[in-house]
Amino acid sequence: MTSKDLELDTFPKLIRRNAQERPNVPAYREKEYGIWQTYSWKDVYDNSRALGLGMVDLGLQREDAVAIIGSNRPQLYWVFSASQAVGALPVPLYQDGVAEEIQYVLEHAEAKIVVVENQEQVDKVLSIMDQCPSIQYVIYKEERGMRHYDQPFVKSYAEVLELGHVYDQKHPDFYGAEEIKAKGSDIATLMYTSGTTGRPKGVMLSFDNMVQAGKLSVEFESLNEKDKVLSYLPMAWVGDHLFSYSQATQAGFSVNCPENAETVLTDLREIGPTYYFAPPAIFETMLTQMMIRIEDASAIKQKMFHYFIGVAKKCGVEILEGKPVSLVDRLLYKFGDLLVFGPLKNTLGFSQIRVAYTAGAPMGPEVFKFYRSLGLNLKQLYGQTESCAYVCIQNDKDVRPDTVGPPAPGCEIKIDEASGEVLFKSPGAFVGYYKNDEATSEARNSEGWVHTGDAGIMTDDGQLKIIDRAKDVGKLKNGTLFAPQYIENKLKFFPFISEAVCHGADKEAVAAFINIDLEAVGNWAERRGISYTSYQDLAGRDEVYAQIKECVEQVNRDLGIDSELAGAQISRFLILPKALDADDGELTRTRKVRRRIIAERYEPLITALFSDASVADIESDMTFEDGRKGMLKASVKVANSETYPAMRAAS
Amino acid sequence: MTQQEVKPGEILLQVDDISLSFGAVRAISDVSFDIMKGEVRAIIGPNGAGKTSMLNCINGFYHPQQGTITYKGQTRSQMKPFEAAAQGIGRTFQNVALFRGMSTLDNIMTGRNLKMKSSLFSSMIWWGSAQKEEMQHRRYVEDIINFLEIEAIRKTPVGRLPYGLQKRVELGRALAAEPELLLLDEPMAGMNVEEKEDMCRFILDVNDEFGTTICLIEHDMGVVMDISDRVMVLDYGGKIGDGVPEEVRANQKVIDAYLGGGH
Repeated sequence: MTSKDLELDTFPKLIRRNAQERPNVPAYREKEYGIWQTYSWKDVYDNSRALGLGMVDLGLQREDAVAIIGSNRPQLYWVFSASQAVGALPVPLYQDGVAEEIQYVLEHAEAKIVVVENQEQVDKVLSIMDQCPSIQYVIYKEERGMRHYDQPFVKSYAEVLELGHVYDQKHPDFYGAEEIKAKGSDIATLMYTSGTTGRPKGVMLSFDNMVQAGKLSVEFESLNEKDKVLSYLPMAWVGDHLFSYSQATQAGFSVNCPENAETVLTDLREIGPTYYFAPPAIFETMLTQMMIRIEDASAIKQKMFHYFIGVAKKCGVEILEGKPVSLVDRLLYKFGDLLVFGPLKNTLGFSQIRVAYTAGAPMGPEVFKFYRSLGLNLKQLYGQTESCAYVCIQNDKDVRPDTVGPPAPGCEIKIDEASGEVLFKSPGAFVGYYKNDEATSEARNSEGWVHTGDAGIMTDDGQLKIIDRAKDVGKLKNGTLFAPQYIENKLKFFPFISEAVCHGADKEAVAAFINIDLEAVGNWAERRGISYTSYQDLAGRDEVYAQIKECVEQVNRDLGIDSELAGAQISRFLILPKALDADDGELTRTRKVRRRIIAERYEPLITALFSDASVADIESDMTFEDGRKGMLKASVKVANSETYPAMRAAS
Repeated sequence: MTQQEVKPGEILLQVDDISLSFGAVRAISDVSFDIMKGEVRAIIGPNGAGKTSMLNCINGFYHPQQGTITYKGQTRSQMKPFEAAAQGIGRTFQNVALFRGMSTLDNIMTGRNLKMKSSLFSSMIWWGSAQKEEMQHRRYVEDIINFLEIEAIRKTPVGRLPYGLQKRVELGRALAAEPELLLLDEPMAGMNVEEKEDMCRFILDVNDEFGTTICLIEHDMGVVMDISDRVMVLDYGGKIGDGVPEEVRANQKVIDAYLGGGH
């Protein structure tokens, strides 16, 4: 590290550098009045300065907290730099949170000023003001609907900027002295984790954390000021903070804010980002829509599409990763790029993408490979708020659908032997939970390793594979790691399987309940002239069992690749005679399986799975689609499936 | 007589004893009512009661044989719809009347027509003031697009939009003319509950934000009672009730008309 780098240890300093070195380079864009409005790095600096001073004029002091609520807007990103420059602590909140959640965070963080986007959020904050005595001012960005608010503590963004300008004239040296006061070890932001269990926790991230995570990831992907990112994921999510603030100020690239949530896809096309992040669901939806629209295209176009997608499947990924490919395939792929892949990516807004990430949930290997075969450098990322979303990044040359890559530069990973939990040490590792030392010491052990709560394994060549939440992972009787959700997800990637439940904790082997997807299997059966009367009838067909058996055995083959999971292959399965249903309490409303209830209700079936029986009888209550209650009576076949010996990881 | 400025709470439009017949059919007989500036005024009644005819009289499309209409202190004789529009009376229609092949943006832009000053020739070469003028109008239209939250369909041909959104675009076009009095003919017909709720919010917002006086025809009683300041009830061309929603709800004649009794 050079001495110059040492000086750039906080965001205000980085922004000041950007304003000096690249004053006219676009930093933030937003679409307003149908036109993209651009703010340069100099604008960012000037506005942060005015806003920061305006808030000081309103009484903001060093170490006070400033809350930010709203969708991605340049003006809201400047609240981060403005607060940090005057020594205050920015706290972004999820805008769609209900009033109680917002109240909890505002109260816990003791926010003094709340900066919000529009009237809706002003109302939300006003409704909880009584419970949050620390709040002194509410600043709103959007003027619309605000004419009737005459409370003296509700101020418009423009008003505060004006206060800042006046303050700056009176005290011209104040800002320059303030903005360089902070050190790398000071707390930069407080990010609340959404907290699936209990109250949200405030994660304290220092400048060193965020700046280093940004710097290392910028270097890893060689991002520069010419890059463009679309900023549409919540500002309170650490990933967005990393991409749209930390990396942007580090590399000086532009952050583009869509007009609103509905225009994201249009804006994506217009901006053509070079750097993009989306959760798996978005990629999956895009693929489905693409396939539906292709069905409507003319016969020639359909033929062309399917032919060249075939070519891409064969050699696209290899070409992307720079592996040897025959000349003929290379030419065909070039041709396909001209006719199909290029226009397709252009329609999706992916033409200029150099790096795209996905994270947060497992992505079907087929979907993942599809995008990569089109030449889209889609990679997986692993991290959490406590690590500034920076633990693992896949390497351009070695991207696999089922791992999240090797530890990123500067990060170390260890798998806890007893629990199988992933532990990490990294430059982004958080300082602690705000006002909660107990939780901090639980999350970080005495040697400095941070617990992730995720169970994972290291593949034999050093890539991390996340398999489940650590608390859900069990062990078979012989001690083999058993991660039910991991196996179930693999099963669910097959279109024929809509739901799966694996059993095996403290048992000899793994066995599975399968739910068939009525639409997919029904279609398949019709095309083969297999007649059926009901879901139950279809689910019991030998032909269907044979199909599902193939899927199960494919999963077993995949499991066999990793030595640690090879022992947890599915040895027996059955197809449930009814679809698991939230109305029967078998699934949660968000469609997660309720293992305990399923285990109780289908107890005879589980017993049969772990015996030699080939048929089992079940009686159970069920709710029909029209809401009537009834009794399910069925004989269910139990099938055996082939398991495979473990092999070394294919590298 | 010339037009006067009308302050909120004063009478903006006064209808006196008007009657309208088509041959032997009497559509409206001797109806009088007024609309105050800044209020949301509803006209309700069973099918064929003369509601739409009333709106047509107000914006000059029909000419009543008898009675007078006074708008902003000016009693008008025979008036053409475009003159009414120029005086600040805007309207939307029962069945969507948009240019189906044109985009949302262009449709709303047509609402600015009356405000455009540049000549045909300078508009054609798009030079100087014409260019500047179009930019100002576009800016106003963008404000409306933002207001009605239809950014995502800005460039979509309206023929491809679902019905509820088409209605919203039509409201946008009416707003583009900056009307002082906005006549809405069944703005929520054929909408689902969610679309209706959105539309209610927009109507109230228009009333609040732009200060536009609104006169609407609506069948959904829940909606009418919720958003209107005053309600007039027509039946067989005659006025059978007028007042604040509670009064109208309690009016026996109105109950009979709606339940089909008394005829």
